[in-house]
Amino acid sequence: MKRYDLIIVGAGPSGLSAAIEAAKRGLKVVVFDENEKPGGQLFKQIHKFFGSKEHKAKIRGFVIGQQLLEEAEAAGVKTVLNATVIGLYQDREVVVKIGEEVRHYKGDSIIIATGAAENMVTFDGWTLPGVIGAGAAQTMMNLHGVKPGEKILMLGSGNVGLVVSFQLMQCGCEVVALVDAAPKVGGYGVHAAKVARMGVPFYLSHTIVRAEGEECVTGVTIAEVDNNFKFIPGTEKHFDVDTICLAVGLSPMSQLLKMAGCDMEDNPRRGGQVPICDSCGRTSLPGVFVAGDVSGIEEASSAMIEGRMAGIAAAEYLGFIEKKELEAELLSLDAALDGLRRGMFAPENRGKNITETEEHIPVSENLLKHGYVTDEEITRFPGFTHAVGVHPVMECTQNIPCNPCQDACPKGCIRIGEKITSLPSVNPESDCIGCGMCVASCSGQAIFLVDETFEDGYASVTIPYEFLPLPAAGTRGTALGRNGQKVCDAEVISVKSVPAYDKTNLLTMKVPVDYADKARFFVQEQV
Amino acid sequence: MNKVNDRSRDIGKFIPAEDDGRIICRCEEITKGEIRKAVHEGMFTLTEIRRYLRTGMGLCQGQTCAKLVKSIVAAELHVSPAELEPATSRVPMRPIEMRILGNEAKGGDLNE
Repeated sequence: MKRYDLIIVGAGPSGLSAAIEAAKRGLKVVVFDENEKPGGQLFKQIHKFFGSKEHKAKIRGFVIGQQLLEEAEAAGVKTVLNATVIGLYQDREVVVKIGEEVRHYKGDSIIIATGAAENMVTFDGWTLPGVIGAGAAQTMMNLHGVKPGEKILMLGSGNVGLVVSFQLMQCGCEVVALVDAAPKVGGYGVHAAKVARMGVPFYLSHTIVRAEGEECVTGVTIAEVDNNFKFIPGTEKHFDVDTICLAVGLSPMSQLLKMAGCDMEDNPRRGGQVPICDSCGRTSLPGVFVAGDVSGIEEASSAMIEGRMAGIAAAEYLGFIEKKELEAELLSLDAALDGLRRGMFAPENRGKNITETEEHIPVSENLLKHGYVTDEEITRFPGFTHAVGVHPVMECTQNIPCNPCQDACPKGCIRIGEKITSLPSVNPESDCIGCGMCVASCSGQAIFLVDETFEDGYASVTIPYEFLPLPAAGTRGTALGRNGQKVCDAEVISVKSVPAYDKTNLLTMKVPVDYADKARFFVQEQV
Repeated sequence: MNKVNDRSRDIGKFIPAEDDGRIICRCEEITKGEIRKAVHEGMFTLTEIRRYLRTGMGLCQGQTCAKLVKSIVAAELHVSPAELEPATSRVPMRPIEMRILGNEAKGGDLNE
């Protein structure tokens, strides 16, 4: 039986991060992953990540995956793909299916980083072809280049539902509605806003009654639900669709740990059956650690930090480093993790009814019910300003841990301050040069450049634009408002795309000056 | 004794429901009604349900339906799903062909 200092199950963000930290400290590490490509969910994430510089903010998920793979290789980590771990036995014996054979390995320490699986909900017709998980849709389009469908209904308004809806539209699908049984949008407001301004209607307090079709999905009926999640008769709405995407949460894939005899708990706050573990992932079994979604559903940025912690903890467990070094490392990683777990979406705020921001500004109720901030509501947020000449308008209205915009401006126009969750505000002393770095840096696509004095009677509005084909300068079309409805006619002045923008194009359109505060998206057709 | 396992407890009669015909375990084609009925026939734990009906024993090994079955059984027993012990996890964790499961590699490590 082959022996390793550390065996890691799962080559996703947490598993790879753990492998890198352990290998750097001298451990002989192997990572097994059942997929044919490493990186877990990272390579499906084509959007820019939130957070701070230390959390790799404003870098697209798949690029982070690439960086992790390079780091792992440089550190001497061995990654075995198409390797399915089928069992975890006493004394850390790992049984792996590789190719046509079953192999046994012994790990002096083990890190389980198997991630999570998508939840399902049932309704009449849920087994019809065309009902798929949102993650599955993402795998189809972003990994395999397959369009999941033409007309799609998304169930679930968490970040997965919102992000995948946007990506479906980027891939050319029509998203006919975004539906959630909850009364409020679950994910980040900025993610909701970029879907809503393309005209996707949000149906909160609604869920699916039935999927229709004989051989495959041809339609769907939704209806409003009351406080007890019972359908309200007479509220049914029908949509012709060929695909229904379900984004209704994730469950930890913790079966290996249960099999090995770890103390487990059913913890709805962490997403289901999870191992009982401490802050650096130590389970009840000596030498067995966990990291990432398997120990509680969060997101990739925190999974990477948890992975680093578990990797260092494994090194200390085996005596490769002193306890002192472990404690010092954990202290800084704890701080990073703490930074990510702040703000309105922090784990401690789950289920709480938050009515105002940290700055004591009433939150946008419309954003939570319909996915967009109304023209009246937006004026009370600090990023929404008027000025002479070109200037940034930041429609960031929720306290989330994210601050790349602050560093993006070479002129220091944007202030967030020490507290990473604060809403961005404009520094009146600084002069905007219209470079657009802030627009491209905002992972939430919530920053615009507005020039109310562009031409006599006309203003220019620069928006982040990630759709192909790019319209040429001079193209006439329609400007849409935050609600996705027509605001006015618009003409494209320029579309800028430079490497520093990292594939976020900056589309500048000309609109009548009265609409400078309202026009937030551009479509080529005349609506 | 654990409330879930108290077989003398009255959980009421099986009352047919409109959605009893809905398939819950797709791999083994087990309906919601079959699962609810099984509880009234005395199957109070997920392990028993699994052996009785084969829920979660098909190709996906319960990846999709485990949580759904759990919530149906819990509702029938009038307990919270968190109170139900999940079904046993055992080798092999993933579906595997018998000829591979029985084919132990001899000798050293991969490529070594």
